[in-house]
Amino acid sequence: MKKFQKYLFPLVFLILIGLSYLFDFVAGEKIGLNFWMFFKEMILFLPLMFILIGLFDVWVPRERIENHIGKKSGWKGTGIVMLLATLQAGPLYGAFPFAYILWKKGCSIRNIFIYLGTFSTIKIPMLTFEIGFLGLKFSLLRTLITLPVFILIGYLMEWYLKDKDFEVKQP
Amino acid sequence: MFLKLLPVLLSMLALVSIVLFLIPDETLVKYMGEDSGSKGWVTAALIGSVALIPGFIAYPLCGILVQNGVAYSIIAVFITTLMMTGILTLPVEAKFFGWRISIIRNLISMAGALIIGLIMGFFL
Repeated sequence: MKKFQKYLFPLVFLILIGLSYLFDFVAGEKIGLNFWMFFKEMILFLPLMFILIGLFDVWVPRERIENHIGKKSGWKGTGIVMLLATLQAGPLYGAFPFAYILWKKGCSIRNIFIYLGTFSTIKIPMLTFEIGFLGLKFSLLRTLITLPVFILIGYLMEWYLKDKDFEVKQP
Repeated sequence: MFLKLLPVLLSMLALVSIVLFLIPDETLVKYMGEDSGSKGWVTAALIGSVALIPGFIAYPLCGILVQNGVAYSIIAVFITTLMMTGILTLPVEAKFFGWRISIIRNLISMAGALIIGLIMGFFL
């Protein structure tokens, strides 16, 4: 029963969208198109992300993560996390499970948040797309300004969370 | 983990679809366009923060806004908050980080976006 309750809202939503199509209700159809677009993205990216996480969990030993992007990793660690984040694709909620696995393997708090920041706004596969719509100058400037701001956010979060029992939970 | 997240994700996507429909491009241009001043900044930060919108929607949308005279600095704020902070996506984020940290991360990111916009304003 509880399981059903969780799906109640999406279910009602889908029924309403279905009815909109039946009765040619334009607003509902437009919302339905939006939903379909987001849903496609989720269904394309999330399973890939979970496979990646599974492989990462099995193949990458904890010591390697701890050494390279753990507490004592320094600038090289930051660089590695950023590279990792910029090469991936998908929406930010896809990065949360990956952040969990990084945390489980001993990645530092700072690098977790730098990873999230970079993942959300700077992605090399998306850069050409951004240049196409907003121009080279804007895209390069935005990337160059965004990077240090997110590194700073990483340091801020680490400073704020260092004495607290921070953990990334598995949902 | 995927199945546990699925209901939250579906609800979130449904809400985002509705919100995206409720805020048409013309409204965005009206509030962030030329001479909008500080109002434009606030609108960009707030609307940008409603949801996490992936880049393939955010970039074309911002392309339209630029053509309609929205300043580059405001676009920078909008695009950063669009991709970085999301109030509707908070329930998903909270499943991993807990509510408190998720809210703090979103607030700090919003401040970061404003800083990015300010610096962009110097150059463009």
